[in-house]
Amino acid sequence: MITRALLTDDRTGKWFLAIVLGLAVVVPLLHLAMPPSSPFHISTATMALLGKYLCFALLALSLDLVWGYCGILSLGHGAFFALGGYAMGMYLMRQIGTRGVYAHPVLPDFMVFLNWKELPWYWYGFENAWFAFLMVMAVPGLLAFVFGWFAFRSRVTGVYLSIITQALTYALMLAFFRNDMGFGGNNGLTDFKDILGFPVQANTTRAALFAVSALALVLGYLVARAIVASRLGKVLVSIRDAESRTRFLGYRVEHYKTFVFTVSAIMAGIAGALYVPQVGIINPSEFTPANSIEVVIWVAVGGRGTLAGAALGAVLVNFAKTTFTTGFLAPYWLFMLGALFVLVTIWLPKGILGTLYDFWARRRPNEEPDAKPASVPQPAE
Amino acid sequence: MSRLIRLCIVLASLVAGLAITPQRAVAAPEDLAAGLALIAKDSFNDTIAGIDAIARSGAPHSAALVEALQDRRLLIDTANQKVFYRDAAGAVRDAQSNDVAADPPANLTAVRLNNRVRGAVNAAIGALSLMNPDPVRRIQAAQAVMKSRDPAALPVLEAAIAAEKIANVRMELQLAWAAVTFNKADASLDKRQEAVALLREAGTRDAVSILRSLPADAATPLREATSSAISSIEQRLALWGYAQNIWYGVSLGSVLLIAAIGLAITFGVMGVINMAHGEMVMLGAYTTFVVQEFFRTSAPGLFDYSLAVAIPLAFLVAGGIGVAIERGVIRHLYGRPLETLLATWGISLILQQAVRTTFGPTNREVGTPQFMSGAMEVGGLVITWNRLYIVIFAGLIFVGLLLALRYTPLGLHMRAVTQNRRMASSMGIRTGRVDALTFGLGSGIAGLAGVALSQIDNVSPNLGQSYIIDSFLVVVFGGVGNLWGTLVGALSIGMANKLLEPYAGAVLGKIVLLVAIIFFIQKRPRGLFALKGRAVEA
Repeated sequence: MITRALLTDDRTGKWFLAIVLGLAVVVPLLHLAMPPSSPFHISTATMALLGKYLCFALLALSLDLVWGYCGILSLGHGAFFALGGYAMGMYLMRQIGTRGVYAHPVLPDFMVFLNWKELPWYWYGFENAWFAFLMVMAVPGLLAFVFGWFAFRSRVTGVYLSIITQALTYALMLAFFRNDMGFGGNNGLTDFKDILGFPVQANTTRAALFAVSALALVLGYLVARAIVASRLGKVLVSIRDAESRTRFLGYRVEHYKTFVFTVSAIMAGIAGALYVPQVGIINPSEFTPANSIEVVIWVAVGGRGTLAGAALGAVLVNFAKTTFTTGFLAPYWLFMLGALFVLVTIWLPKGILGTLYDFWARRRPNEEPDAKPASVPQPAE
Repeated sequence: MSRLIRLCIVLASLVAGLAITPQRAVAAPEDLAAGLALIAKDSFNDTIAGIDAIARSGAPHSAALVEALQDRRLLIDTANQKVFYRDAAGAVRDAQSNDVAADPPANLTAVRLNNRVRGAVNAAIGALSLMNPDPVRRIQAAQAVMKSRDPAALPVLEAAIAAEKIANVRMELQLAWAAVTFNKADASLDKRQEAVALLREAGTRDAVSILRSLPADAATPLREATSSAISSIEQRLALWGYAQNIWYGVSLGSVLLIAAIGLAITFGVMGVINMAHGEMVMLGAYTTFVVQEFFRTSAPGLFDYSLAVAIPLAFLVAGGIGVAIERGVIRHLYGRPLETLLATWGISLILQQAVRTTFGPTNREVGTPQFMSGAMEVGGLVITWNRLYIVIFAGLIFVGLLLALRYTPLGLHMRAVTQNRRMASSMGIRTGRVDALTFGLGSGIAGLAGVALSQIDNVSPNLGQSYIIDSFLVVVFGGVGNLWGTLVGALSIGMANKLLEPYAGAVLGKIVLLVAIIFFIQKRPRGLFALKGRAVEA
């Protein structure tokens, strides 16, 4: 019912949710029910790839929430994604039990290898699924809350904020590369066996993970939609467009920003947590600052401030990446990605969906467009 | 090769032996006969005693004998208890008279060696080359004696000190003497005290380790003198270590300064963080590489001057590309700083990949001119020339830029646009042109940074990436629109980084620093030296 209320004037959203829910049913079904010889069969690799795209779409959605609607260009969302992934990875590591190479009942292999004698305190509790899943949301959420609390209260805005979120990501990357941190150093966490008692590699588990990713994306969309459609969402947009003016009108800008930043980080963390069991590894390279910037371009391509567009952009760019990084075009992929950054910012500032909205709005001047196209904000500079 | 060197040593010490024999009161020809008699017994203990005797004898060919022993060319005629050696030319000579033996006995056996004997041989060679006419050799010999601390070398050492005229060689010899005397349990207390004083004055790590080797049963005054010497040396070393770290900090700070200063002016004037700035640095480094390649192939003799060509060229290349980027891309993104950040990031990807396809992904070798290689020592500081030149270079760029901003029309316009773009525009300043030139200037300086960095870092397509985040931090830390802020920011970040390193390790130190900067930005969101006025808080 709430869903219906949310989607009354969101035609794109209806389409988006229908497609994602359709995928959630159809892809696992085609994978499991069709024999491998059938032309309709979806292979394990393809499903894993699509599952990865869905996680990236959720990540892009979370960034769109802060960037598209609140004007916070975070270059640290890759870090929240990776933190969620690490929380999930720690749970999966504890599930290996005695099946590791060193068959130690408690310590993961890399700790035995480093000659550690007992589990560090921050690994306590990760053998329980409920605790790990809580941490998937709590760790990125808490970091975002603390970071946002300080940064927004001090009115660090614009490019400055982007730079310090990038510095945060960089610091986390350096930290996770250290063996002494107890997160597996540069090898990261891998070689997972079970999730909730089901083998990670099994087709049914993979199909279920895919379906869960799709559902998470749907849920993420609904949450984001609920936020932006509410009164709170209106305040966020006004902060984006005229921060000082909003403050002078009596709104506590830093509270709104901290709230949306935290929600967004939690969504990114969930995306990372779903990503890890499907890819089978998490390592510190996920923290690379370049990764976080790449997420921004997904959102920019799809259309910032459109939610569904961010997800679309994530899928399109990543589909292009998988297509072009294999085969003879591989050396040119970075040229294409670079050109994408330049061309989209200059000629397609509203992204694909935003431009389409404009086009429809012009074709049907009397009709209200489905969703309010996010006008390109004029940052107060 | 090493044989050749050894031969030289032998010859040189022969000559030296000849030269100094008359002055030496301790020279005792009968030692030679006694030594040879000991060696003829061919037991390890006797051989060692024999080596000492030969070294003491001062015979002109004593070095040749010891040398022969080392190479198993020292031969014994066991029947007659006579010793011969085969010289480098292969002729067999009588060890006593050094004459070529006309009719050498047939059954000669080489003198046996073990590690103890080899040690004695090395010490003896060291002692013998203390008289070498080549001062470098003498210093090496003194250092060898200092390491071996062989009491047998003492008489030769004392003679050498008496004969030495060059001050620093004399100091080395005295140090060696101190090391040996200090370790010699039967030396007089006065002499050992004197040795402690000498070692204390030297104040090196070697001296500390020699002083530490004092046995616990030594006389109390000696022990006290030693421990006070050790603590004084260590204090001094710690101080020098601190100074060395500060120097490293200054050096890193100067690198950050040249990498960041171009970024600072573009950021100041245009409010744009240029993500492709690191790639401008990289292009400067590759320009250096190309110029050097050209010099290598067509004018190898002028190689030392290649940097003089590379510096202006790198400025022009990077600056030209900067102007092109500004006119082609950034111009279209006015008032949208976050989008500019993305677009320049895209440009940086393109430039990186372009360089990777042109020059390959691996490191390219950039040579260092003669005058920039090597190091100098100032007290306990080791300062490499290339680092010193980079510090000077950074200083020159800084001062040059400061003057340009202060006294040129472009500088005036740039400052005006930084302070208030619309007002400047209303006063008739063509802000678009100022933007393009500023961007070109900033990029050109990045190119200069590339020339400097090519001397101390790997020239690879990723060169820029490794500096870019640090450069951003310098700029936001220092504040916008003020070059002094960048200077202070660069130096304090460089210094903090290097001073943290000994305690926290390189990586953890860096993490601590990043977190500290993030907290600092909370306190002063516009950096250390923020511009005051209404224009900032739009």
